[in-house]
Amino acid sequence: MNINLTLIGQSIAFVIFVWFCMKFVWPPIISALNERKTKIADGLAAAEEGQREKARAQEHVAQVTTEAKEQAQEIIRRAERREVEMIEEAKGNARAEGERILVAARSEIEKEANLARESLRGQLATLAVAGASRILAREVDSSAHAQMLDDLTAEL
Amino acid sequence: MASEAPTTTEYIKHHLQNLTFGQDPTDGAWVLAHSAAEAKAMGFWAIHLDTMFWSILLGALFLWGFRKAAQRASAQTPNGFLNFVEWIVEFVDDNVRGSFSHKNDLVAPLALTLFVWVLLMNTMDLVPVDWIPQIAHLMGIEYMKVVPTTDPNATFGMALGVFVLTLFYSIKVKGLGGFAAELTMQPFQASHPILKILFVPANFFLEFVSLVSKPVSLSLRLFGNLFAGEMIFILIALLFSGGAVLAVAGGVLQWAWAVFHILIVLLQAFIFMTLTIVYLEMAHSHH
Repeated sequence: MNINLTLIGQSIAFVIFVWFCMKFVWPPIISALNERKTKIADGLAAAEEGQREKARAQEHVAQVTTEAKEQAQEIIRRAERREVEMIEEAKGNARAEGERILVAARSEIEKEANLARESLRGQLATLAVAGASRILAREVDSSAHAQMLDDLTAEL
Repeated sequence: MASEAPTTTEYIKHHLQNLTFGQDPTDGAWVLAHSAAEAKAMGFWAIHLDTMFWSILLGALFLWGFRKAAQRASAQTPNGFLNFVEWIVEFVDDNVRGSFSHKNDLVAPLALTLFVWVLLMNTMDLVPVDWIPQIAHLMGIEYMKVVPTTDPNATFGMALGVFVLTLFYSIKVKGLGGFAAELTMQPFQASHPILKILFVPANFFLEFVSLVSKPVSLSLRLFGNLFAGEMIFILIALLFSGGAVLAVAGGVLQWAWAVFHILIVLLQAFIFMTLTIVYLEMAHSHH
């Protein structure tokens, strides 16, 4: 337990060990540690950025979906409106067409009736003349009474 | 161990004797001391071969292992021993960052060296006290003290290195005048110039004692703790020669003390490192 030369020897050993550690041990380890720290920090930052990016994308997706839905609704609404319009138009057309057909039929009927009436009138006049001439075979001269007969026909 | 059955006193004394190589005062030849008295007679010009051998072996072991790890160190995923080394380096780095606020590339490696080296030297205390001396004895080596930190030369040697660094940085940072002022202008302060001069002796006395007490307490603390621990291991080892019951009790005690001693081994290495950092921090900061 005497203090002796060992003290000097130990001091020298100490200095050499510290020098070696400072030169060859500490710098590579600490620089590797720091480098890894930066890498991890960068990685975490990138992950966070990715998360933010994802959130943004999700927001965008939601927005696009909403827009698409709105557009679809709009298209459906327009289609429904158009449908109603088309039905109304078709109904109007049908009604007009029906009326037109009705009017045409009416006038045709009237025309036919008039024709029939005319022909009946003529035939009646002929028949009346024939009947009258039979009755008045001898007394009536058709040429002498023609004026009277025409009047009669006009009256019918 | 010379005799067949040493007495208790002889056993203890033998365990506390370093393997001393020095100049024999009678004929001036460099020889190994064969007794404590001979070693003492050699005075300063002697060297403890066991202390030097074990401390340099352990220091070299530390640097070799850490150097290998340093060569493999990269920003990639670490594994195995490198992981362990990085853990220690990170621990030391945190401590240095926590207590040392200046820019100095020496402090962190210094702290790492001291911590691991002292830790390894302290750990030798956990090796059963008779193993290595017995092997040495079989090899013909008379004395063998395997825990370098139980030799005050080792602890004083390290503390001396720290002390020189403290002085160096004190003067480098504050200048010779600044350092001298620190030693003489406080703790008693005065604005009057004559009072100032009157306070110088008292201030210098107090500051000088506190300056010198730093390395002394640093080394004696480590030495005292480890020496006491070693002493208790030696005393426990004495029980082994006292019959079966005492031997079993000795085994249990040795185990218990070793477990407790792990704490001291770690704690003293940590304290040595932390105080070194603190002393250097004080050397760097202005008062």
